This record gives sequence, structure tokens and C-alpha cells, in this order.
Amino acid sequence: MSAVRAIIARDLRLGARQGGLGTAIGFLLALIVLVPLSLGPDLALLSRIAPGIMWLGLLLAVLLTSEQIFQQDFEDGSLDLMTMTATPFELIVLAKAFSHWITVSLPLAVLAPPLGLMLNINIAQVPMIWVAMILGSFALSMLAAIGGAVTAGLRRGSLLVSLVILPLYVPVLIFGIAASTSGLAPETALPSFLVLLAITLVTLVISPLASAAALKAYLR
Amino acid sequence: MQKYANPHVFVKLASVVLPYVWALTAILFAIGLYGALVTSPPDYQQGETVRIMYVHVPASWLALMIYSLMAVFSAIALIFRHPLADAAAKSAAPIGAVFCFLALFTGSVWGKPMWGTWWVWDARLTSMFVLMLLYLGYMAIWRAIDDPHRAASIAAIVALVGAINVPIVKYSVDWWNTLHQPASVFRMSGSTIDKSMLWPLLVMALAYTMLFVALLLVALRGEIALRKLRSKRLAEVRSK
Repeated sequence: MSAVRAIIARDLRLGARQGGLGTAIGFLLALIVLVPLSLGPDLALLSRIAPGIMWLGLLLAVLLTSEQIFQQDFEDGSLDLMTMTATPFELIVLAKAFSHWITVSLPLAVLAPPLGLMLNINIAQVPMIWVAMILGSFALSMLAAIGGAVTAGLRRGSLLVSLVILPLYVPVLIFGIAASTSGLAPETALPSFLVLLAITLVTLVISPLASAAALKAYLR
Repeated sequence: MQKYANPHVFVKLASVVLPYVWALTAILFAIGLYGALVTSPPDYQQGETVRIMYVHVPASWLALMIYSLMAVFSAIALIFRHPLADAAAKSAAPIGAVFCFLALFTGSVWGKPMWGTWWVWDARLTSMFVLMLLYLGYMAIWRAIDDPHRAASIAAIVALVGAINVPIVKYSVDWWNTLHQPASVFRMSGSTIDKSMLWPLLVMALAYTMLFVALLLVALRGEIALRKLRSKRLAEVRSK
């Protein structure tokens, strides 16, 4: 367990030093600027699509940072060493995906709904979107880990990650949006939240197994 | 089963079986198309456009079946290291993708006169579309990774994760939005489709399946030849 803690602490420190989060927030802001430019500044329209745009921004930002999860450690050989420790490799992979969530997805999920105010998001919706995004962002990070692992040894993997991982994001997006916009009463949103939670838990199980297997195929 | 794991034995067997499979495919298509285009009546609501169903429905069945088959092959390749399983999964993918495309395309052609639009974001259409993307992602993995053994393992993982995802996608989009009619052939309460339409449909489904088997055998034979070529070339390089 101490090894896992050490890896998380190291990745958090690396994440803070390399500033991946700053870039991700910049990306989100750039996306927000582009939306009214491409769809027109109609406030009623923007208000209606704002939750969807924020989800899309979160999704793409997580996708674009998925390479960070394993690439560096794969290239400098640290991952090779990590497979040889007594700690199960799946646990190490999970720790790295968890650090990605803490350093990128979670802050973005916390920041995105208030940034949605620039798109005239309905302020009464913000708490629901917050909960849904924080819950969903964990699943997004877990799936991003699969994408990062599958393309760890490739030079130009970023487009491939999108093609492999975006279809897996579909359920998270559907139920995330459903939970975010299903009226303002918590009871009507509950089923969507529960399904979102279920999907998140499923990814928590599948992702470490699949990512570890893929990384091992590269390291063999 | 282990006996046919030997690629040499398999290629021999495939060469013997293939002409019969092709012949059976041709016969089934002849019967099925005759039934679909000539003897079956036009639908009371859809008129003659109902005939698109005979090429559309089997294509979607096959697209789903081939993906499941690919996942099974991938699991066999990962667990038992069966030497032909990953080749079979690799060869099946493009065929499945084409069936998936055919299902989407014929559905689109049918949707224009019936629903008044080429495409709607309905649950079934969307999940078939996502299935198509899964096929494309799987094929892209094979192309992107040079080392065939590594590509086989990674592609198998991608196929299996996708296979877990397919039912989740299906139910999530079902909840999300729907226009496509529900299943009418395989139901707990028995089929609701009339016999004069059902038999051509089932014959067409069989014909499609045999076509898939034939194409898979051809593709597999090509894949095995490709691997042999590769190992021969490697041996040549080493001996120099």
C-alpha cells in the first residue's frame, strides 16, 4: 500500500510541476470562446446547450491528457521497474489513473460548471451538473487510462486514442447529461445518477485490468 | 479443435471446404432473393420499400454477431494463445465493419421514404454507429502497431473492452431516445412478422452468414499466407 501511496504522491507532484492542468483549463476556456462564435451569441440557445458543451469540453480535455498517464514512465523505463515490484501491477496502474483524476479530471469537473456561466448556463442547474461531472470524471479518467495504455508504445497515438476511447465515453456522456439536465428536482435525476455511479464502478474494475494487460503487452 | 490450430492443416481444410461454402452461399442467395423480391407481398403500410428489410435486417444481425465472435476469438487468443484465434479476429473485423456499414446504409435508404429523413439520432441507429466506430478502432490498432504479437494482444484487449461496452451503449441509448421499431422476429411471445415475409428473411440471414463464413475463410487464408511470408522474410534477413 505504501508503494501505491508513493506513486500517487509522485504523480501529483509531477502533475503540479508540469502544469498539465493549466493547459487543460486553457483548452476549456478556448472551447467556451469558440462556441458562441460558431453558433451565434443567442443567449437562449446558449443556455440550452451549455451543459452539453461543458460535458463535451470535459470529455475532450480528459481525452487529450490521456497520453500523460503512462507515456513518460513508459519511455524512461519506470513502468518496466514497476512491473517487477511486489505490488500487483493492476494496483499501480489504478494509482496512476487515480492521480490523473486528481490532477486533471477532478479540477476540470469542479471548474467547468461555473465557467458555464459564460454560456448563460441556468444557475439552478449548476449543483446537479457539479455532482454529475465529479462522478462522471472519475469514469472518464479510468477510460482514459485504457486509451493511454493501449497507445503507450506508439509515436503518434493521439488520434488513435480518440477513436478507441470516444465510443467508450458514450454511456458516461448520456447519463451524465441526463443527470445534469433532468429537471431541478433531485428525485427525477436520481435514476440517472445511480446509473452513472454504476458505470463509474464498472470502469473502476475493468480499467486497471485492461490497462495493465495492454501495458504488459508493450513491456514484454 | 487443437488439431486445426496448425495453420497448415487449417489452410488445407479451408481449401477443401471453400467451394462448397461458396456454392451454398449462391444457392441461399438465389432462394432468398427470389423470395424477397418476387414471392413475398408488399407491406400494407410500407409498400414495396419493405423489401429493403431483407438486405437490411440480416446485415445488422451479422454486424452484431461478428463483433461478438471477434470478442470470443480475442478471448481465446488471450487465454489459450491459440495461434489462429487472433488471426480470425483480425480477419473478421473488416467484414463485420462492412456489414455494419451496409446495415446503416440500407437503413438510411429505407428511412428516407419512411421517416422522411436519411438519418435520425435514434437509439438503434446510434448504437449501430458506435459499433461501427468500435470496428474502426479495432482495425486501426492492428494497423498502428508493427509487431504482430504485440498488436494481437493489444487488439484483443480493445475488442474485449468494446464487447463489455456494446450492451452498455445499447441500453444507454435505448433510454436516451428512440424511434426505430422494436424487434419483431425474435420475441418471447413469438414472431409478429407474417410467414410469407419471415421465410425469405431467415433464408437471407442464412445466406449472409454463409457469405461471412466464406469471406472469413478467404481472409484467414490470406492472413496465414501473409504471416508465413513475413517469417520467411525475417529468416532470409537473419541468414544473410
